[in-house]
Amino acid sequence: MRITRHVAALAVLSAGVMLSGCSSDAGNQAEQAASNAPAVETAVEFPAGSTMARLSDAGKITIGTKFDQPGFGLLNPDKVPEGFDASVATLIAGKLGIEPSDITWVETVSANRESAITEGRVDMVVATYTINDKRKQLIDFAGPYYEAGQDIMVKKGNPLAITGPDALAGKNVCSVEGSTPAENIRTKYPEAKLTLFDVYSKCADALTNGQVDAVTTDNVILTGLVAGNPDGFELVGKPFTKEPYGIGIKKGDDDFRTFINDTLEASFEDGSWAKAWDATAGAISGTPAPTPPTVDRY
Amino acid sequence: MQFFSDNLPLLRDAFLTTLGLSLLSGLLALVLGTLLAAMRVSPVPPLRGLATFYVETFRNTPLTVVFFFIIFGLPQIDFVVSFFVGAVVSVGMYTAAFVAEALRSGINAVGPGQAEAARAIGLTFGQSLREVVLPQAFRTVVPPLGNVWIAMVKNTSIAAGFATTELAATLPRLANANAGDILLILLAVVVGYMLITVPSAYGIHHIERRVAILR
Repeated sequence: MRITRHVAALAVLSAGVMLSGCSSDAGNQAEQAASNAPAVETAVEFPAGSTMARLSDAGKITIGTKFDQPGFGLLNPDKVPEGFDASVATLIAGKLGIEPSDITWVETVSANRESAITEGRVDMVVATYTINDKRKQLIDFAGPYYEAGQDIMVKKGNPLAITGPDALAGKNVCSVEGSTPAENIRTKYPEAKLTLFDVYSKCADALTNGQVDAVTTDNVILTGLVAGNPDGFELVGKPFTKEPYGIGIKKGDDDFRTFINDTLEASFEDGSWAKAWDATAGAISGTPAPTPPTVDRY
Repeated sequence: MQFFSDNLPLLRDAFLTTLGLSLLSGLLALVLGTLLAAMRVSPVPPLRGLATFYVETFRNTPLTVVFFFIIFGLPQIDFVVSFFVGAVVSVGMYTAAFVAEALRSGINAVGPGQAEAARAIGLTFGQSLREVVLPQAFRTVVPPLGNVWIAMVKNTSIAAGFATTELAATLPRLANANAGDILLILLAVVVGYMLITVPSAYGIHHIERRVAILR
């Protein structure tokens, strides 16, 4: 009798642990890495003393990105991040004459992106990094290379008929502590009840369990969560903010910023930007590449 | 100083959440831990076995996993608790195992003659535990229980990852909004914890001196 009770308790406990394993299945992008690797320049010349010359001569670069964001930067089984951010970063490295295999990837979570740049632990950060004035006081941004927008994810069929942020009043809405979307809800829609976890996958679990009514963050992140559970979730699909994603570099390195901006504009023109989109975030969300944003050379 | 005046209400509420979480979890851990220790020295084998199983399970499971089970596991069997209550239950049940072990060592330190004498004058097992053994055991284990308490106060920070806005949860929020003030933010949060743990340490030391058994 006592044995069976122990076994039952253990079974329930292990079921609880297994729940944590239900992350999205969006990492199946192996085909993109091989066939869509951007061209690596061979004969590159940069002004002496510039960051480009330093990186190009060294033949290697350290790039900060997200490791847990399907479609933008998700670590594959080979411990290499895959997604739109990773592709754009690889494209820029290629223009410096650096092979994808010579890129050192560092995980930069939302809270440590500025310090990773200012302390020189990375040469640039490409990590769903919203450009804003407060951050511009510490670092510089090239880009934007993509414009996301905050959206809402609800249970399949939208049982509570949540059509936009105004409909969140009195509802439990889930986001991540320390994120820009959470701050938006707090300041602009104070009627909504915020539930804050440390990662978005927990928000998805809480939505499944009915502990929250909706999840809100940038649409590209929600797209990844919906792709992981298309039968359980759906996107409201009406972005209500503008989140321009930029590439963070050391403050005052104007030559490097201009070089990245030139590279981005060239990739908008020659189709390599759209190709990167189609192979990564586009493949997950089933959406064609949007119109490229206008680079902001401030 | 702009940073402090802007964020004082948030820091104050977070501090009060940490304090409340600590006190409630501590109370739960003390009651449950005492019960478990009593079960472990009881003459009834199934009770002993159950208490041993509980202690070993919770002592060898990371607190994060306990949280995950309480917050996300229980709703799957239609048992939903609020996030704060879930945090109290998680920290309390986890810490109870450590309280029970500390207390059991105290019970073992009480001379066997004490319990035998208690039984000899006709006290039941429950009475001898309540009146004779446990009071002496508690007086012996003030320092280890103090350690358990201080460790538990810091362990409440795990609740930050499970939708409870306590001190540690303010770190990412403030850091993302004030990237230039990371050191100030860290300092504010550490001071918040120390406001609880440093007076605790003095209190524990004082109680220890008051109740110590002179052997």
